[in-house]
Amino acid sequence: MSILLYLVPIALTLGLLGLVGFLWSLRTNQYEDLDGAAWRAIQDDDL
Amino acid sequence: MSTLATPPVLAAAATVAAPRRDWEAFTTAEPDGRRRLTLAVEGITCAACMGDIERGLIRMPGVHGARVNLANRRVAVIYDPSAANPDAILARMEAIHYPARPFDPAGLARPSDESRRLLRCLGVAGFGAMNVMLMSVSVWSGNVTDITPETRDFFHFMSALIAIPCVAYAGAPFYGSAFQAIRRRAVNMDVPIAIGVTLAMALSIVNTLTHQTEAFFDSALMLLFFLLLGRYLDEAMRRRTAIEAETLAVLKADSAVRIEPDGSLVELPLSRIRPGDRVLVRPGEKVPVDGRVETGASEIDTSLVTGETLPAKVTPGDMVHAGTVNGFGSLVVDVTAAAEGTLVAEIERLIGEAESAKSARLRLADRAARLYAPVVHSAAALTFVGWMLAGLPWNDSLVIAIAVLIITCPCALALAIPAVQVVAAGRLFRNGVLLNAGDAIERLASVDTVVFDKTGTLTTPEPTLVGPDVVDKDVFRRAATVALASRHPLARALAKAGGAVKPAERVVEHPGEGVEAEVDGRAVRLGSLDFCAVSQARRLMARSLNPTASFIAYREGTAEPVVFALAQTLRADAVLTVAALRKLGCAVEILSGDRSEAVAEVARVLHVERYLAEVTPAAKIARLEALKAEGRTVLMVGDGLNDAPSLAAAHVSLSPVSGAHLAQAAADAVFLGERLAPVRVALEVARAARALMAQNLWIAVVYNAFAVPIAVAGHVTPLVAALAMSGSSLIVTLNALRLRRIAKPPEIRPAAPAACPAPALTEGSRR
Repeated sequence: MSILLYLVPIALTLGLLGLVGFLWSLRTNQYEDLDGAAWRAIQDDDL
Repeated sequence: MSTLATPPVLAAAATVAAPRRDWEAFTTAEPDGRRRLTLAVEGITCAACMGDIERGLIRMPGVHGARVNLANRRVAVIYDPSAANPDAILARMEAIHYPARPFDPAGLARPSDESRRLLRCLGVAGFGAMNVMLMSVSVWSGNVTDITPETRDFFHFMSALIAIPCVAYAGAPFYGSAFQAIRRRAVNMDVPIAIGVTLAMALSIVNTLTHQTEAFFDSALMLLFFLLLGRYLDEAMRRRTAIEAETLAVLKADSAVRIEPDGSLVELPLSRIRPGDRVLVRPGEKVPVDGRVETGASEIDTSLVTGETLPAKVTPGDMVHAGTVNGFGSLVVDVTAAAEGTLVAEIERLIGEAESAKSARLRLADRAARLYAPVVHSAAALTFVGWMLAGLPWNDSLVIAIAVLIITCPCALALAIPAVQVVAAGRLFRNGVLLNAGDAIERLASVDTVVFDKTGTLTTPEPTLVGPDVVDKDVFRRAATVALASRHPLARALAKAGGAVKPAERVVEHPGEGVEAEVDGRAVRLGSLDFCAVSQARRLMARSLNPTASFIAYREGTAEPVVFALAQTLRADAVLTVAALRKLGCAVEILSGDRSEAVAEVARVLHVERYLAEVTPAAKIARLEALKAEGRTVLMVGDGLNDAPSLAAAHVSLSPVSGAHLAQAAADAVFLGERLAPVRVALEVARAARALMAQNLWIAVVYNAFAVPIAVAGHVTPLVAALAMSGSSLIVTLNALRLRRIAKPPEIRPAAPAACPAPALTEGSRR
């Protein structure tokens, strides 16, 4: 069962990465305009 | 712009020159010396609008960035003040058919902070709950197979390592609120939550340190996750309303034009206007502040303030009030302090009194909490005493008692009401009703009497053409063309009725009287009855045909003048809505500040038997008190400044979005659009929601009726706790979603003040 000593920290690190990603997206205002973001993805921006 | 040392009277008369806007006051500085301008934009409805605006702005010199927020209908523009002129930005917005207005940064609340904090807590709780659950499931399956005590301890220690910081962070909103409630010696829903979570954590830590087989870390985190979810949804709903209301307020143009000591004109946000300033009110504009007329003469439409539909004449020395609409003349107004004795101060005092009387009312959820907490806590205490008497050692008895507390921790109960509220608020939002107060739905559900204000509520806020019945088509068209050149509210209504698209040429505005212009080679004039020399006999005739209307006259050369009658007419679906309200079992009454003939006429058309006319704000409150004394629960619907105190005093209140600011602030909910139907929909949705809330509370009670005996008997394992808690939360949430089927499917959401402007539309037709 010593494999757990590696696997549990690895699982936790992955989870933490996800959490950090979420907090980063929150900090960079990515939840401010969910409707607009949906449309921006399909817009031609070559002005 | 007038030159230096121009006497103020002349400055007021020469209103053709646009005032300079004080852009320092409308923008905020960015760290690198550039400035940020936030615009409220009319008519952003689709993704194409977004591209148009961003492309249109970014090409301007000196503009470094333009970003549209589609959800909020706002544009943030970053520009270099040395290279770009904000006036040019606004002109460009106008040119691409998205008229915009700048936000006053001082009034721009930062409502997103609270919802961000909840979202962060939600993220942390979710992370913790998932990782701990991973290990808890291993322990549960290991406990029934062959897990070694060392592995179990390792899992428990790791769980503790994750759960302690996560609970400390994600639980902060609940601990804070519970602590405050206890300090006020009150109990809210957060008190049992905080106690439950703390005990679950404490018991788990003790179990981990003493190498027990069970720990409740997952339950504590799951509980927090579900509760935060409910709370975040609730907050998001309120934030959406606040943003919508803010944008609408800005689009309604709340700035004032100040006359500087040197005679120049500066447009400023209202927050920068001080008593003693002199403010210019141009023809057709809303009076921005309370003040005394210094120079100029005009007619003032006070319907938004007092409900009186006939305009009142003002001359130097008269008081004018914020929210009233100026007629044909320019006024220079000396701003007075909002001192005791002014109309607004009086109305604000009444609102304050009415609201403090109302705050004694308890929310349903808090009432439930007040019942729930003592019952649960005494059940736990009895369990402890019971097991002690039954001969169990004190620490085992304590563990069982804590298990009772954990399993009864009001997860389902705390979600039961917010879940329904969120679904109901979404439903109302799509029908054009925006909620100001979180508990408005509960209060709407119990309404049995609906009291309407007349002016602006039952009737349309803008006047429409009611006469004459017969008028030459060409004359009408020409009159509308002239009307388009004027800013007077009656003229604007006439222009709209005539479908004018191109304003007349060579327009000369005679302040206080009307406009003179040239149409199709004819010299014509449009304005007051005196201005067009209407004979006394014709005046009397017009008055007798339309006793409640306002008049505007039009004359071509020396021909006989035409007198147009404009009046506020009933909203298109007023009759249907009032009938539908009666069918819902509500009594309907009208309370108006307008003259009694006008009110009687409306009451007759709507078949309303009980009405009061010419009532003051205080008398409106008195009538509401009388209704309350009869045991009635009153919904007040009103829009005027004079309605604001009664809106605050009524059990629950609604205000159309065209209403005065104070009325909107005092109302529990605001509705959009030209129709009155949202009032009926609000009642229907609220009643369905109330029924679901009651159901959900019963589900929570039944859940406890099953769970508590199991806990008291000492059979609650962490697995049972996790299943019971998330199961009950899910059931309650799913039940709330049924509202989507119970309440009638949403009608098309009334286009918020402006529809998407097709580029083909001309400037005039969108007015």
